[in-house]
Amino acid sequence: MPQVSMTVNGKPASGDVEGRTLLVEFLRENVGLTGTHVGCDTSQCGACVVHVDGRDVKACTMFAAEAEGAEVTTIEGMGEPDGTLHPVQQAFQDHHGLQCGFCTPGMVMSAVALLEKNPKPSEAEIRDYLEGNICRCTGYHNIVKAIMAASGQDVGRIAAE
Amino acid sequence: MPKDATIGAGDKRREDVRFLTGTGNYTDDINLNGQAYVHFLRSDVAHGRLNRVDTSAAETMPGVLRVFTGADFAEVGGLPCGWQVTDRHGQPMQEPAHPVLAQAKVRHVGDPIAAVVAETREQARDAAEVIELDIEELPAVVDMKAALDGDAPKVHDELENNLCYDWGFVEDNKAAVDAAFEAAAHVTTLELVNNRLVANAMEPRVAVGDFNRATGDSTLYTTSQNPHVIRLLMGAFVLGIPEHKLRVVSPDVGGGFGSKIFHYAEEAFCTYAAKALNRPVKWTATRGEAFVSDAQGRDHVTTIELALDADNNFTAIRTETYANMGAYLSTFAPSVPTWLHGTLMAGNYRTPNIYVNVKAVFTNTVPVDAYRGAGRPEATFQLERVIDKAARELGVDPIALRRQNFVTEFPYETPVAVAYDTGDYNATMDKLEEIGDLGGFEARRAESEKKGMLRGLGVNCYIEACGIAPSNLVGQLGARAGLYESATVRVNATGGITVMTGSHSHGQGHETSFAQVVADMIGIDASMVEIEHGDTANAPMGMGTYGSRSIAVGGSAMVRATEKVIAKARKIAAHLMEASEGDIELKDGQFTVAGTDKSVAWGDVTLAAYVPHNYPLEEIEPGLEETAFYDPANFTYPSGAYACEVEVDPETGKVTIERFAAADDFGNIINPMIVDGQVHGGIGQGIGQALLENCAYDENGQLLSGSYMDYAMPRADDVPFYAVDHSCQTPCTHNPLGVKGCGEAGAIGSPPTIVNAVVDALQRGGHDVKHIDMPLTPSRVWAAMQG
Repeated sequence: MPQVSMTVNGKPASGDVEGRTLLVEFLRENVGLTGTHVGCDTSQCGACVVHVDGRDVKACTMFAAEAEGAEVTTIEGMGEPDGTLHPVQQAFQDHHGLQCGFCTPGMVMSAVALLEKNPKPSEAEIRDYLEGNICRCTGYHNIVKAIMAASGQDVGRIAAE
Repeated sequence: MPKDATIGAGDKRREDVRFLTGTGNYTDDINLNGQAYVHFLRSDVAHGRLNRVDTSAAETMPGVLRVFTGADFAEVGGLPCGWQVTDRHGQPMQEPAHPVLAQAKVRHVGDPIAAVVAETREQARDAAEVIELDIEELPAVVDMKAALDGDAPKVHDELENNLCYDWGFVEDNKAAVDAAFEAAAHVTTLELVNNRLVANAMEPRVAVGDFNRATGDSTLYTTSQNPHVIRLLMGAFVLGIPEHKLRVVSPDVGGGFGSKIFHYAEEAFCTYAAKALNRPVKWTATRGEAFVSDAQGRDHVTTIELALDADNNFTAIRTETYANMGAYLSTFAPSVPTWLHGTLMAGNYRTPNIYVNVKAVFTNTVPVDAYRGAGRPEATFQLERVIDKAARELGVDPIALRRQNFVTEFPYETPVAVAYDTGDYNATMDKLEEIGDLGGFEARRAESEKKGMLRGLGVNCYIEACGIAPSNLVGQLGARAGLYESATVRVNATGGITVMTGSHSHGQGHETSFAQVVADMIGIDASMVEIEHGDTANAPMGMGTYGSRSIAVGGSAMVRATEKVIAKARKIAAHLMEASEGDIELKDGQFTVAGTDKSVAWGDVTLAAYVPHNYPLEEIEPGLEETAFYDPANFTYPSGAYACEVEVDPETGKVTIERFAAADDFGNIINPMIVDGQVHGGIGQGIGQALLENCAYDENGQLLSGSYMDYAMPRADDVPFYAVDHSCQTPCTHNPLGVKGCGEAGAIGSPPTIVNAVVDALQRGGHDVKHIDMPLTPSRVWAAMQG
């Protein structure tokens, strides 16, 4: 089996993998980072979104071997070492943007990627960007609200609607 | 305003931090030493005779530990059904066997035939591919009415036919109902389909079986909404393991919506195989497997008739429903189209005569069972659609017609066996008109028209029966279980509290809201209360979380246990302060003697309970831990009124939801933030059902919508922001918190609202469209517009 090496959340990670091993399997089973989830088998749901060399990627759509040498960031790498949440994570808690939590890591990783490209997205832009992330619990209301809040926009109006 | 950490405060959820940082503990995150993996070989035909399953090649594949087939389970119990329905003639339903692995026949695509256990998941999957199957494909029955034809192939050869039961409710009402229709001034009839759905919790099901040869104990880790129920069903009926030798753990669970209530073959298999192989055995469903093995929802075909007198008062309702059971009876399947559906046919209205007929049918499709709302969405959909149609036929305002027929006096005994304790349907309708700005609709419609869009307004009411359920009542109705809940409140020496509840949280935030209740009762900070759930080793028993029952039943058990704790603590406090127990008051975590300045803190009392040096040992035991079981006296009856405005593109038939408003009455509220979230999520699923989702089979029983490429899940850009309100509160009269439950409301109330809105838009646009079956896809809407 070929060996693959990459940097995950700033630390070196390597392991022997089969050619067919997906990046998400490598992260969950070899690196032991189980925050990245698998919710489907057709690259639709987005529960497995991680950042690879600064791009948001569905980790079920990439072989581990393709990430050789890459800088990978997972949900576990988003907060500060002292436990302080990333502003997007904090906004999700403040605005109840999660329920069962299963889609949440992917949602947060997608939202962070969106805000890096578009720091003040409109409601429509957020909804469009999340097209590849499925949530079954929230009806998306508080997810969209949390992302707007994380980008510094006033969400008081939404609550009052 | 309520202060933080009490009943009524919108505390942020404590469970969020682990979910947001990737440190949750879902079942697939559990890996045990020496773990092996199972892959199930499933049928790819809907109906067939299993002539031969040759596993010899698979057994020699690398890493394979053992290959199991139906023969291994011939002597093992089948999956039990937890509810027996008695038909119109007093006969029990037809109840087929449901083996863990297929015996002699396969009956739906996805039916498990063999199970390969290997060192790795990949090895198990590779080996399953070389199992040789000889399946003689048989004609499949898919359409329910065709399944009841005399010459239809039988799903179960040992049964008389494909009719599970023919249920009449209330059979004694039938003659009066028929007479009311004879006397009616107007009758509105509607035939409709309540489309089959797939629950699609984002976490696929997972099971890890473990066996300890030294103790003989089995443990199952599973994605369940009710681990105690799984322990009972699997232990007693399938594997013959008594409860004290079987532990079931369901840790963090990524959504359920009903589909994780039921006991599944894979759970029994992993537990069985772990013992047979003396290795932990793990199974993780792919999404594709979930589509063919998770119990599906809805799938009713109904004709409903509504009779009105000359003054537009409802005088009778008569329905005939075909309910799809799929190929086997899932755990609670028979109850859904009957006791969770027929009993709700009165809705929010005074209709004196109601008769419901349900024919439950076996087909060669995946089993159908409860999905968010379970029977109540089906009842609400047909009732609210036929009322809307009646209003249009009579030329009256649909809101006015509803208001005219509302139940306004409580308690109200319906003609379908339930008694509503409280409600105020005019209040929720008033609130809806306000938050939905229904008065502004006409101006918005004119704006839409300028853009060339058709705009419609749909309004809808619902009532549901939650807080399931009084055990003696459901026992009479065929339940093979009690539906109480239990809780243990363990107070530790330094005052912190561990609450062990039989309810299960898989997104509902119980760890936050349940802690608010206990903290509020004692007057301590919520951080001093920990909620533990999901482990049969903790709470004494549990019927779990579904039917919006957790706070109403589980919360009530917790309140009763906390009351017992407080009663004992009061005795200890009285002793410490040398006062009479009757003079002791508890406020803000301090026990005081009324009329004096004497006080002892909560922590002083709890410490005394565990260090009983100065303690009334002759009167009470040391320690401070109490358990309560709570069996509800009645269902609870949340209700509400919903409004939706849609735009329909006349060129394409595409429907866009422009506004959605929900005014609910859930009784008292523990955490309004969580309640809002539950309603949002329910509406999201309702929009999915109304516009997008459809679980479709072809005539051979092949599932056409077996992945997210084909099954249209609602995405963020399919839905709007929702205006929700739960300020109308008529507290439940029979549970200690006055709560009704909020988990299913959104999914029950929203589908008819949306269909009503689309029909309204089309009619305003000059199209004579009376009904379109869900999902209202562009092609269906466009076709309807073409006549």
